[in-house]
Amino acid sequence: MTTKLFGEPVQRREDERLITGRGRYLDDLGANALAAAFVRSPHAHARIREIDVSGALDVEGLVAIYTWEDLPGLLAEPLPLLIPHPALTHGRTGHALARDVVRHVGEPVVMVVAADRYLAEDACALIEVDYEILKPVVGVEEAAQAVNLVHEDVPGNIGAHLVQEVPSASGQSAREAIEAAPHTLAFRLDIERSASMPLEGKGVYARWDSDDQSLRVYSSTQTSTSVRMAIAAKLGLPLPKVEVIAPDVGGGFGVKIVHPWPEEVLVPWAARQLGREIKWTEDRREHFISSSHERAQVHYVRVGFDDAGRVLGLDVNILHDHGAYTPYGIIVPIITSTQLVGPYKLGAYRVEFSSIYTNTVQVTPYRGAGRPQAVFCMERTMDRIAAHLGLDRTEVRAANFIQPDEFPFDQGMTFQDGRPLIYDSGDYPESLRMLKEIIGWDSFPAMKAEAAAEGRIIGIGIGCYVEGTGVGPYEGGHVQITSDGRVHVSTGLTSQGQGHETVFAQIAATELGVPIEKVSVVTGDTRRFGYAVGTFASRAAVMSGNAIALACRKVREKALRVAADALEADPRDLEITDGVVHVAGAPSASIPLATVAVLSNPLRYSFDQETQRATQFASPAPADRPPVAEGEEPGMEGKDYYSPVRSTFASGMHAAIVETDPLTAEIRILRYAVVHDCGKLINPMIVEGQIHGGVGQGVGGALYEKMVYDEHGQLLNASFMDFLMPYATEVPRIETAHLETPSPLNPLGVKGAGEAGVIPVSAVIAAAIEDAEGITIDKMPISPPELWELRRSR
Amino acid sequence: MNHAITLTVNGVVREASVPARRLLSDCLRHDLGLTGTHVGCEHGVCGACTVLLDGEPVRSCLTFAVTADGHEITTVEGLAGDDGLSPVQRAFTECHGLQCGFCTPGFLCTVTAFLRETPAPTEEEVLEAVSGNLCRCTGYQNIIKAVHRAAEIQAEEAR
Repeated sequence: MTTKLFGEPVQRREDERLITGRGRYLDDLGANALAAAFVRSPHAHARIREIDVSGALDVEGLVAIYTWEDLPGLLAEPLPLLIPHPALTHGRTGHALARDVVRHVGEPVVMVVAADRYLAEDACALIEVDYEILKPVVGVEEAAQAVNLVHEDVPGNIGAHLVQEVPSASGQSAREAIEAAPHTLAFRLDIERSASMPLEGKGVYARWDSDDQSLRVYSSTQTSTSVRMAIAAKLGLPLPKVEVIAPDVGGGFGVKIVHPWPEEVLVPWAARQLGREIKWTEDRREHFISSSHERAQVHYVRVGFDDAGRVLGLDVNILHDHGAYTPYGIIVPIITSTQLVGPYKLGAYRVEFSSIYTNTVQVTPYRGAGRPQAVFCMERTMDRIAAHLGLDRTEVRAANFIQPDEFPFDQGMTFQDGRPLIYDSGDYPESLRMLKEIIGWDSFPAMKAEAAAEGRIIGIGIGCYVEGTGVGPYEGGHVQITSDGRVHVSTGLTSQGQGHETVFAQIAATELGVPIEKVSVVTGDTRRFGYAVGTFASRAAVMSGNAIALACRKVREKALRVAADALEADPRDLEITDGVVHVAGAPSASIPLATVAVLSNPLRYSFDQETQRATQFASPAPADRPPVAEGEEPGMEGKDYYSPVRSTFASGMHAAIVETDPLTAEIRILRYAVVHDCGKLINPMIVEGQIHGGVGQGVGGALYEKMVYDEHGQLLNASFMDFLMPYATEVPRIETAHLETPSPLNPLGVKGAGEAGVIPVSAVIAAAIEDAEGITIDKMPISPPELWELRRSR
Repeated sequence: MNHAITLTVNGVVREASVPARRLLSDCLRHDLGLTGTHVGCEHGVCGACTVLLDGEPVRSCLTFAVTADGHEITTVEGLAGDDGLSPVQRAFTECHGLQCGFCTPGFLCTVTAFLRETPAPTEEEVLEAVSGNLCRCTGYQNIIKAVHRAAEIQAEEAR
């Protein structure tokens, strides 16, 4: 078989265990563990007067009850602020268990440990917490008025305020450019709250080994290495005594990159206290009210442009609702601010945001992470310019595109990784050409007229985006060929369904020239690889993919060196095919990699016939040099890291045709087309899958999903009955095409693909509905009743 | 108070002692160790916990274990036969019909029962059949494709 697997639609290697019920998700582990459950705040804002646990003490199977007062040392301190930023002047994080004040419904107040979850919940129900109810702050605009405060010591409810200005080439500010522009428009755009909502919630399972004085923790996390460091720090344990493993994870989409969640430190702590295995598995309601949300932002846009629709100045003011706490800093509004400019070369740009506290669940990145809002802003702006000038919407976009010969293109801002926002490569005019062809843009007016003649209402919309992917600081890869010829690859970042076991094996098999069946991949296990950042920001293929390729190249070089010795050949004449090193053009002069692995490790003791070759009397090294030469290491293994100077920028464009019902205002997506450019494709089947899934989530965000809080801060739709995620009946068939503009920044030429699908969907659907109805759409998601209301008030 | 129940799970007679409130999903997962059945919402909406009760798909998170006493249950662990993976399982892999895999057992059980009743389904019938199961990863396109492919494999193998 061929060993050139990079770029092939290789079937997934993780599937067999997952389709036979042999996957190992968090709650599948720890059959004998005790169960933890939590008493959570029923109020959005309240002071805890008293906690009375006496009623729960007689519950059968009860093992322990903990409140904040029980927590020792650092565990009693606030949870870490993961990403500080100079503009985040009033960053606040919660406690593992609430101390004095609760600031959103769902905040954990008491932890109960019992024989099983049923009994733990029985005990929770019997614990009485006396609250003094404080005035809740709900909704970003109400919060901005600061009549009531979420945190007493945060004036105006403002956690952060940041302005970024990029003047025009002639030194004009955005506001000056808008003043001087031939045309100006000003409007407001809103996006509502949604959430990652993986089908598996969070979960933690901890085992304290009192003989070994060590802790093993399993967590349904997007970053096991960072959880490990946080646990070691909070519990005061030496780092080598803590191991964290992300088992099979049932989806993440951003929410599981946040850490340590209260439960991630409390469960291991209690396991150590009690000397018992403890497990906590989040239920769906808990996930709704205590894990993160995202998306809610209000945007005030002012734009100045010329007769061709070229943007001369753009000024955007953003109100970002970050909920009760800011553990993940201000990454989301920073991404909105910087990615808003998309594939365009703007005259001058100014963006300002205020990140505002409310008594709601905290806001941290959800797939797309601020980009869906950014693209909604920019693309709605493009559509407004086109409408104002009477130009075709694609013409206005084309007039503003960065051209293929202008890369690298410096947007003059600082990106979410603290590095300059410089686009590495792309071909936006070609993407647009492809998309228009697929969706039939130019023939759509005729189609629309035809539909109208039948009494049907249809419309078309388009949305373009650029996505900074593969953010640093680094990831690493470790590759080892053992004496049985097997190749063991590990990387520290975690997997939540992206197919890493397959794509990383494809990379290793291609680099090493071995059959993919010989390669196994482990991710997210600190026992195998301790240094990592995590899986987020469409970074795994870029970061770990390249790190693994670099590690493989080191191993390959060593293998050729060792094989060259054995074959008495020049390493430069050697090739590896199907796991056999051979002289190019002379296949008979060959040696299997398994044997090369044996020879790479000089042995005193053999453990089978094969390894006898490496023992001291079987193959004595030259007397004048040590068995392991200077600068060498025993074994056929290698490790390397990939740390990019900056992010690599993927891009794409989506278009949709929608139909709206003249009577009921129901909205149906008739066609959905995607042109996607993530550089070199490692596995096109998997990339397509990522796009499909992203678009599916985007459709949810555009038409169905929103978190509905009432004025008391109660989440009214905290169940799958009421928070409407799309079923198969709601997601259209997605037509995809790929453009491959390699990234010049990394050895594999790849860019990230994980988040792309979700990013422009709200913009695209809004544009299509607007085109169908002739009604301005400035708020998403939109439901049939809302569209019906817009029609009525027209 | 516990109740002694006897279930035939994947062709094997299994006994358990459970309180009346024990959900069938918890009984399968925690009492019988069959963790392939997943729980995504615990209120019967997501379909991840779907198993076959006397051949019919049911939400095991909305079923008490005691009510399944004396009945036959098939879980994802029981879908593969002696000759390997079932056509539905093979089709899901071939068509990339799963990503994180958490909802997959529910889809596999649902589709297995559906194709037994409807071996040559139309596009509409397939859509209807899977429209009670949530997936957050795939956008469903490849799941739909997999159901058609499974029907095809079944037909090929019946010949």
